[in-house]
Amino acid sequence: MTTATGGSSDFIKNLGKMYATYTGTFLGFIILLAVLEQVGVPNKILGYLFVGFTIAVYAVIGVMSRTAEVSEYYVAGRRVPALYNGMATGADWMSAASFVGMAGTLFLLGYDGLAWVLGWTGGFVLVSILIGPYLRKFGAYTVPDFMAFRFGGNTARMVAVIVLVCCSFTYVTAQIFGTGIIASRFLGMQFEVAVFAGLAGILLCSMLGGMRAVTWTQIAQYIVLIIAYLTPIIILSTKKYGIPIPELTYGNAIADITAREQQMLATGLATAAGLKPHIQPFINYTPLNFFGIVICMMIGTASLPHILMRYFTTPTVREARQSVAWSLLFIFLLYFSAPAYAAFSKLEVYTNIIGRDLTEVRPWMFTWGELGLIQICGKNAASIDAIVAACKAIAGHTGVVRLQDFVINTDVIVLSTPEIAGLPYVISGLVAAGGLAAALSTADGLLLAIANALSHDIYYKMVDPAAPTVRRLLVARILLLIVAVAAAYTASTRPGDILAMVGWAFSLAMAGNFPALIMGVWWKRTTAVGAVSGMIAGFGLCVFYLVVTRYFPGAGVAYFGMSSLANPATGLPLVDLAKAMAAPNAMDSWVLVSHPLASKVGWFGLNNIAAGLLGMPVGFLVIYVVSLMGKEPSKEMQAYVDEIRKPRGRTVLEEKT
Amino acid sequence: MSSPTNSTTNENDKAHWDKTTRLMYMHLGAWFFFGYVVHFFVVPLNKITIPILNFPLGFYMAAQGSLIAFVVILFLFAKQQDAIDREFGVAEDE
Repeated sequence: MTTATGGSSDFIKNLGKMYATYTGTFLGFIILLAVLEQVGVPNKILGYLFVGFTIAVYAVIGVMSRTAEVSEYYVAGRRVPALYNGMATGADWMSAASFVGMAGTLFLLGYDGLAWVLGWTGGFVLVSILIGPYLRKFGAYTVPDFMAFRFGGNTARMVAVIVLVCCSFTYVTAQIFGTGIIASRFLGMQFEVAVFAGLAGILLCSMLGGMRAVTWTQIAQYIVLIIAYLTPIIILSTKKYGIPIPELTYGNAIADITAREQQMLATGLATAAGLKPHIQPFINYTPLNFFGIVICMMIGTASLPHILMRYFTTPTVREARQSVAWSLLFIFLLYFSAPAYAAFSKLEVYTNIIGRDLTEVRPWMFTWGELGLIQICGKNAASIDAIVAACKAIAGHTGVVRLQDFVINTDVIVLSTPEIAGLPYVISGLVAAGGLAAALSTADGLLLAIANALSHDIYYKMVDPAAPTVRRLLVARILLLIVAVAAAYTASTRPGDILAMVGWAFSLAMAGNFPALIMGVWWKRTTAVGAVSGMIAGFGLCVFYLVVTRYFPGAGVAYFGMSSLANPATGLPLVDLAKAMAAPNAMDSWVLVSHPLASKVGWFGLNNIAAGLLGMPVGFLVIYVVSLMGKEPSKEMQAYVDEIRKPRGRTVLEEKT
Repeated sequence: MSSPTNSTTNENDKAHWDKTTRLMYMHLGAWFFFGYVVHFFVVPLNKITIPILNFPLGFYMAAQGSLIAFVVILFLFAKQQDAIDREFGVAEDE
């Protein structure tokens, strides 16, 4: 990091010491801010100090890791040790949706929300046993590189680039959106301004140093985000149960929630239709959609280019495998804590808000009510007077909060936990810094994946193979800037269903990439024509299903034989098709998410988040059939596949630098 | 671009790949079991409560149990695959 040319093994040896010092400094900084808070420095200043300090650190790392070497820019010189690459992958993987959104989803959906927890962890098993190490041995800079070499050139490369851009762009937009939300909530910035401020933070880390800079910043970001995520919940667990391991103690909270649910039903605080018992499965998703989401998220993990390319940076194939294991361990630390957040918050809401007299609810709620994130009796819960007035307007309301009166935005669960636990503001600031770290690190990885595909695969490999190094890197940086600004602009328009789009990214990656990657490594008989046809067929079907069910649902019903999805709790159709199709807006195009049919129709009752479940099998089948119809791949190509399968020896693809 | 060191696949390579494939299927089976099969039985498993911790077992498996299994699978796989690579002399030098 200290030299621009790199190559020193001293630097790698000192990594442990450097990041330990960094972690110590960060902890010292938290203590310093805690002291400042006690002497009366206002919260807003503390928030700015927190965010400013952490972003400054990332920027310094980014600038110090600037590089003029192609292999440093694309794969960090292939010398990132397994453990550190695991940490960087953890930050790359865990986005704003994981950090802020996951616990909220578990709060709302109970058991069914665990589909996301399972789906976003189990996929790493597939990465390690099926794909990652083989791509590392192949020696690619990007995923399309592999597709192009194995499947005969630029057609395969182009299709792979399209898949990559489609799935990464929706994903990065969601990250920048998340950055804007966190910055506007904690720093009081205007949302649109916050989006572009976040963008500056992202670019500082990735522009100058490419993969090398992103790697070393992501490790720093992982440390911030994991400390931020675990601190409030460890303190809360210690306060409540006397044991600082929330992952063990929240079992008691779940037992209490279940008991309280029965009590609320018995005393009329909740209706049987409105209450969704926390541990009861398949009331928010049908079993088909629950397991469909698990499969799509897992296989999507093993197909997302920004994750696969992290394993191109390890020194050996052996370390690539170890690195996947470390990645999941670091990710696991956050994901197995998320259900604890959900359980503690739910118990707090069920015991200290629901069933209380309106004048006695806990005051932590009003901070979030003011922002419109908590509503009681249909109005923002900004103050006691506001909620008393709102509930008076409801006929027969007794002045006691019932479950159906209470609406909470899922983002609040993690962000409000420090206040629920009665912790000082400094902990809230820490959580904000952690959320930002999660959003920035994922956005960095995604932007880099897109810009690399455009600069390396399109510009260098297809447009100008004679381009000198300086120009290649310049083009890479310019493209990075353009993609980043486009993503920030899209985010600033606040697209409606941004979280569903993150789910779509997984389905798109799964349908487009997975069959070709697997068959390319595991079946030598796979031909170029077969793979390209399979990618187009699988990806095409997936895009078709997503676009029709979401934007042209009327046409889907009228022309493509789609029917209503089922209500998981009752098994009845979600919409009355005969009635909805007779309505004047039934055949509208590009409908909003509020349209009565949008994302509520489909084939086989399959939710469109799990669209990859249709595309992937078709992809496999087409690759298999078309490959068998064509001529066997050349002996030379088959020998290359043999080379990929053995860790020893040189990489198959060797780039001139 | 390097040319392959040996254009004909020899016996050793084949044995190495067969053993690698077997290991892959074994771990794929474990992945399928912990990712899906256990959760098919969530309703009966929820009737069992883990002593002391108070978790319903079905919920626990999805929230923690399977995740722990995935982490163990990955470390185990890295070790076993490396042992196979060494056995057939195709592992990288340290």
